[in-house]
Amino acid sequence: MTYQRPNFRHPNLPVNELGYTRKDYEGALSTLCAGCGHDSISAAIVQACFEMSIEPHKVAKLSGIGCSSKTPTYFLGNSHGFNSVHGRMPSVATGANLANREMIYVGVSGDGDTASIGMGQFTHAVRRNLNMMYVVENNGCYGLTKGQDSATADVGSASKKGEPNPFEPIDLASVALQLGATFVARSFSGDRAQLVPLIKAAISHRGFAFIDVISPCVTFNNNPASTKGYEHVRDHLAATGTVDFVPVKQEITTSYPEGESQEVTLHDGSVVHLQKADPELDINSRRSALRLIKDYKAKDQILTGLLFMDEDSRDLHEIIGTSNKPLRSLNESDLCPGQKVLDNLNESLR
Amino acid sequence: MNRIQAVNDFVIKFANVNGTGSASANNMFAKALFRMGLPVSPKNIFPSNIQGLPTWFEVRVNEKGYLGRRGGVDIMVCVNPQSMAKDIREVEPGGYFLYDSSKPLDIRMVRSDINMIGVPLTDICTREYADPRQRQLFRNIIYVGALAALLDIEFDVLTGIVSDQFRGKEKLVVPNVHALELGYHYARENYECPIGIRVERRNEVGDKILIDGNTAASLGAIYGGATVAAWYPITPSTSVVDGFDKYCKRLRIDPGSGNKNYAIVQAEDELAAIGMVIGASWNGARAFTATSGPGISLMSEFLGLAYFAEIPTVLIDVQRAGPSTGMPTRTQQSDVLACAYASHGDTKQVLLFPSTPKECFDMTAEAFDLAETLQTPIIMLTDLDLGMNDNMSEPLTWEDGRQYKRGKVLNEEQLENMSERFGRYLDSDGDGIPYRTYPGTHPTKGAFFTRGTSRDEYAVYTEDGAEYEKNMQRLLKKWETAKDTVPAPEIIGTGNSVGVIHFGTSADSTMEAIDYLAEEGIKVDSLRLKAFPFNKAVDDFIASHDTVFVIEQNRDAQMKSLLVNECEVSPKDLISILNYDGMPITARKIHERIVAVVRGDNVTPLHKKAGNKE
Ligand SMILES: Cc1ncc(C[n+]2csc(CCOP(=O)(O)OP(=O)(O)O)c2C)c(N)n1
Ligand code: SF4
Ligand SMILES: [Mg+2]
Repeated sequence: MTYQRPNFRHPNLPVNELGYTRKDYEGALSTLCAGCGHDSISAAIVQACFEMSIEPHKVAKLSGIGCSSKTPTYFLGNSHGFNSVHGRMPSVATGANLANREMIYVGVSGDGDTASIGMGQFTHAVRRNLNMMYVVENNGCYGLTKGQDSATADVGSASKKGEPNPFEPIDLASVALQLGATFVARSFSGDRAQLVPLIKAAISHRGFAFIDVISPCVTFNNNPASTKGYEHVRDHLAATGTVDFVPVKQEITTSYPEGESQEVTLHDGSVVHLQKADPELDINSRRSALRLIKDYKAKDQILTGLLFMDEDSRDLHEIIGTSNKPLRSLNESDLCPGQKVLDNLNESLR
Repeated sequence: MNRIQAVNDFVIKFANVNGTGSASANNMFAKALFRMGLPVSPKNIFPSNIQGLPTWFEVRVNEKGYLGRRGGVDIMVCVNPQSMAKDIREVEPGGYFLYDSSKPLDIRMVRSDINMIGVPLTDICTREYADPRQRQLFRNIIYVGALAALLDIEFDVLTGIVSDQFRGKEKLVVPNVHALELGYHYARENYECPIGIRVERRNEVGDKILIDGNTAASLGAIYGGATVAAWYPITPSTSVVDGFDKYCKRLRIDPGSGNKNYAIVQAEDELAAIGMVIGASWNGARAFTATSGPGISLMSEFLGLAYFAEIPTVLIDVQRAGPSTGMPTRTQQSDVLACAYASHGDTKQVLLFPSTPKECFDMTAEAFDLAETLQTPIIMLTDLDLGMNDNMSEPLTWEDGRQYKRGKVLNEEQLENMSERFGRYLDSDGDGIPYRTYPGTHPTKGAFFTRGTSRDEYAVYTEDGAEYEKNMQRLLKKWETAKDTVPAPEIIGTGNSVGVIHFGTSADSTMEAIDYLAEEGIKVDSLRLKAFPFNKAVDDFIASHDTVFVIEQNRDAQMKSLLVNECEVSPKDLISILNYDGMPITARKIHERIVAVVRGDNVTPLHKKAGNKE
């Protein structure tokens, strides 16, 4: 079945700087299960892009395989999308980004797609500091293949089938931090107020921006014994604080008490403001983030919010020194040296 | 004792230890003959190891221009005690064995039917050089000097090569020339020069060049407009990307900013390498990767995606023998089927088969045009023999002003003026090739969601079986279009009842064997495949010959299988000539097999079906 939304526009709908309504950022109607956390994340992406007045066609959406990886169809319908192969979205995103450094790259993956089959490619995209936002819609299970445990499932957590998971989980935020990711955050699909500014900051960040979003699978992993169901997550949440994303043209108007807040200016001039809940956190320190994630986990709490960012980060293009013009825009005269060079070369080979 | 007598027609083999700097001396030898106007075909035979194992370098010299491997060795230059016993056995009776005579030869090795030429290389080096590294390097140059005397190589030509090689490092010229002289004089003083085998200047190479296929392919990628290369190191394909890197540094730096008009990424594995190529191509850049057999296996899933999602992809497969722990440094044509049907579902991939470095250059550049025209992967199948050995080749040429064929891509203006709905997988032209758009082209038109086949002609999600089938039929139509888009086969001769089909590096040996057969009264037509899918000329060639041989370098007759599968032909109608010991096929082998079949009375002509004779 395919769905088309009825296409009518209310005259009084709010528009952004480009004159687009929120609707212009939506995609096809979702075919996921009603209540699936992934749909809330799509909605947050729509909201963030709308509020940031991003031209939808300047975004490329990339994903692997899974329920989560299907979601790029459900947001930004005027953007090109690429549902690639299981676990390999990072390489496709790398190639796409190399071809045209001027677009915004939004990658969506699942915990199976990233923490198992795609772990290798994920780590290398982090290592290369690919300029993209990489969202893992983390439900602790393989939704699309009907609920098997994933590598992020907590020890003892049980899916609908009821068997507790015996293995240690992989904490993707910690992995990303250890690998040198230049922007790391964690959020919950049910916390729109936190997720939207995090997405905005991630999109503005130059380099690899990772967000691990806990996103309950209502069909296979939302029972009382699961640590990634709505109920458990809500009861165990702790936030690093409230995050504000202040775009370039907007001043920070609120004043925050000193010591409990931290501000980071991004390369495009926008500002991320964090009203910290835990004075221990320093968002410019990897160590602080890694330690706090562990400390909260020991208290059986899930730390969400902005965990780390490096505003001076250099992305892959800067590291390898590629042309400022998108490579794909170069033509014959830029690329082809012509017969004369071959004449000389031939001569040197005789 | 018999002494082989030959002018400009012999095989010489060098037995060295790898990692000792012998390659540049051996290349100097081959180049000298080439500069004397003599066709040469040097081949490296090397182990999968960095230092300390035996390695060989074989050069066939043939003024008639036969460049395939001949088989047999007339002169062996052995500076590796480890392989000496075997090397001595390999020399043809009446041949010559040059060895380091600083230590007496083990008496059990000496053969009375070959000519032993001792040159005390180690002693000369010990006397001349204090530095152990110099002793090792110049040892190689000294035997080249000795060969100059023994074979009558023009000494000026050698010194010319030395000065070319050390241009910019002139200090090194004098000691190298001195080393050449040491060997030259020793040979003159101790042996009658020249020996029975010698060279004489000719004018048989014209404007040809000596270049390896991988370097030529890398230049093809530069001229063809590739901007993204993603790869994972694997012999024998590594030098494709090395070459791309080297020449991009010279030819692709933006003069204003110093930035690179290209990107090279050493990926984490071959899956990632091909994924990057697909991502870049999807986004409108020309991208390629190079690999060998094991990498092809890893790329297989992505090749299927690129086929179904119709994304241009250029892949160079430099074939080698067997698995990673097979014979990774030996040559073979054994990825034919793995590539032709790479991936799951119903997939068929377009293949190109170059035979010379010039074709590696041309076909690599053309691969980008084909990939974008046909919106599908193009796999160029070369091999270690062509890729890593210097081959004599036509010079590389490029028609200035040539435009890239970027295929059916709608730009912003075309989208803007389009009144009908854009359908990414709609066959508007009836050739099976739809129109595509690059991401970011137009604010409201032309965006689509790329996925495998669960979509309709407008790229809207569907799992409808009828839509699936329709799409698969269109892909077949595109396949038919491809048959006349890819390079046509090269056919030589007509009207004879015997035909041979060959491709890639079997070409030289095949053509040589055909000459021998003609001398014996067996006239043979030949068809050299340059691409898959096969076009009609291939069917016609098979149908118009009573006996058809298929020559290939693998065990399972993979090309024959492909012909049987894709052409109207029964397996009985094709006779295989196979070679799979990791060494290039020889003319002798092809000749023997064809003679045996054609002359053998138990073989019935294959098309002798009743009433089938025109
Ligand atoms: C190579 C390959 N192996 C297996 C599959 C089957 N498969 C599809 S989705 C999936 C797991 C997806 O899990 P996750 O990434 O967590 O996504 P979710 O559905 O939970 O959002 C698997 C194993 C596949 N498509 N490809
Ligand atoms: S199976 Fe789970 S993850 Fe998949 S759509 Fe349903 S709720 Fe979401
Ligand atoms: Mg999952």
